[in-house]
Amino acid sequence: MIELKEVTKEYSKGIAALNGVSLKIEQGEFVFIVGDSGSGKSTLIRLLLKELEPTSGSITVMGKELGKMKHKAIPYYRRRMGVVFQDFRLLKDRNVYENIAFTLRVTETATRVLKKKVPAALSLVGLAQKYKSYPKELSGGEQQRVAIARSIVNEPSILLADEPTGNLDPVNSWEIMKILEEANKRGTTVVVVTHNHEIVNAMKKRVITMQKGNIVSDTKKVGV
Amino acid sequence: MRISTIKYTVQQGLRNIAKNKMFSIASIATMVACIFLFGVFYSLIVNVQGVMRNVEESLPVVVYFEKKATDKQIQDIKNKLEQREDVLEVKYVSGDDAWKEFQKVYFGEDSDALTGFEENPLVDSDNYEVYMKNVDSQDEVVEFASELKGVRKVRASATAADTLKNISVLLATISGVITSVLLIVAIFLISNTVSMGITIRREEIAIMKYIGAKDSFVRAPFILEGILIGLIGAIIPLTLLYFAYQSAINYVSVNFSLITPFIEFMPVGDVYRTLLPVGLALGVGIGFVGSFFTIKKHLKA
Repeated sequence: MIELKEVTKEYSKGIAALNGVSLKIEQGEFVFIVGDSGSGKSTLIRLLLKELEPTSGSITVMGKELGKMKHKAIPYYRRRMGVVFQDFRLLKDRNVYENIAFTLRVTETATRVLKKKVPAALSLVGLAQKYKSYPKELSGGEQQRVAIARSIVNEPSILLADEPTGNLDPVNSWEIMKILEEANKRGTTVVVVTHNHEIVNAMKKRVITMQKGNIVSDTKKVGV
Repeated sequence: MRISTIKYTVQQGLRNIAKNKMFSIASIATMVACIFLFGVFYSLIVNVQGVMRNVEESLPVVVYFEKKATDKQIQDIKNKLEQREDVLEVKYVSGDDAWKEFQKVYFGEDSDALTGFEENPLVDSDNYEVYMKNVDSQDEVVEFASELKGVRKVRASATAADTLKNISVLLATISGVITSVLLIVAIFLISNTVSMGITIRREEIAIMKYIGAKDSFVRAPFILEGILIGLIGAIIPLTLLYFAYQSAINYVSVNFSLITPFIEFMPVGDVYRTLLPVGLALGVGIGFVGSFFTIKKHLKA
């Protein structure tokens, strides 16, 4: 599903955020990527979103080599990926329903389809009652659930989450993880970048540890 | 494109304008000034040109014949003049006609003043009045006619036409310069307004891109914003000018009745047949150019 071969990313010459990283994630996997700040986790996510280009090496996602992808094809590629951020990134001037519908409007989905998919995503994250609320009326955990609903409403093949529980208390963090696990059970490949060790340890999924732009351990490779 | 997408684009375009009120109003105001001045100058030029055309058509070159010129020679002169492409009409005026016309113009009803003239003093002034299609060809016609056999004298009076032509050129130059300056200011302001909108919605644009919006989808509301500003900025002055033009004609006709016999104002409908589409196109064009290049610059990645 996702394959990196010797990927290096230098922001300025000589300083590598990623240093010859090779990695393979299969379809339907749930993978944690952990590491301190500056270990290259976020760079990895941005490379997968094709927001950045690697300095060298190749990245293949869903059978497409990103380096060969044309600019025009990027939106269609991103439509098959969901993305969740630490700071939720909701549209503050729109209610919960419109925030989730936004993904479908942007991808020019028919209104008739939109009216079915948005309530389904809302109930998946347990916010069916709050569809009229505005982000500022919601707790952090609820806001992140809206963000997840927005990222999965168009049933992406891959879900990337960059520190999704970074701003949340333990209870809400668990809620979020359960939702991500549910999405994974439905067939979405989930990649979660985090440094919440408690959750990582409790979830018992594959864990890739990064340090200074290198992969220092991968539980799959060591056979756990 | 889906109807829902078009609806979305229009909604977002209007939202941009509303969110960004002061900038939008400033841009619209500049557009209004730009198109209004353009309209005023256009109307002036059209009318001056109308007057010029009237003058050109009514200012003949007068060709007098030699006393001994034969009827055949006189007929030849007419034929040769009529063969020229730039000549509209060649009219024979006899000495008697000329005298009658002179009396009418200079004495009117006051026939007492003419009692001293027993005979026609203009008896030898049989002539052709040569009307041209365009006053520019006057010199050539004069030269051509002077060389024809049987012609005694050729008289041309280009002063009035020349003056009008100069006024028209001057007006066109002034309006061209002022309109161009305002045009640049308008493009600049619209570009600024759109930049402002992009800055305000940077976060939203970033999210749009993450979830797979095409460039055109991201850009469309901003371009629409520019076009709407241009359109509103064109409709307001064109409407104002429509009524102002009619009032101005009425005002001049009532208060300056002395000059109105010489000036035939273009009806507002005739002026607007060109001014309306050009003004609207100018508004929409400026709006499009101002927003298109701005959004292109800001949303390259």
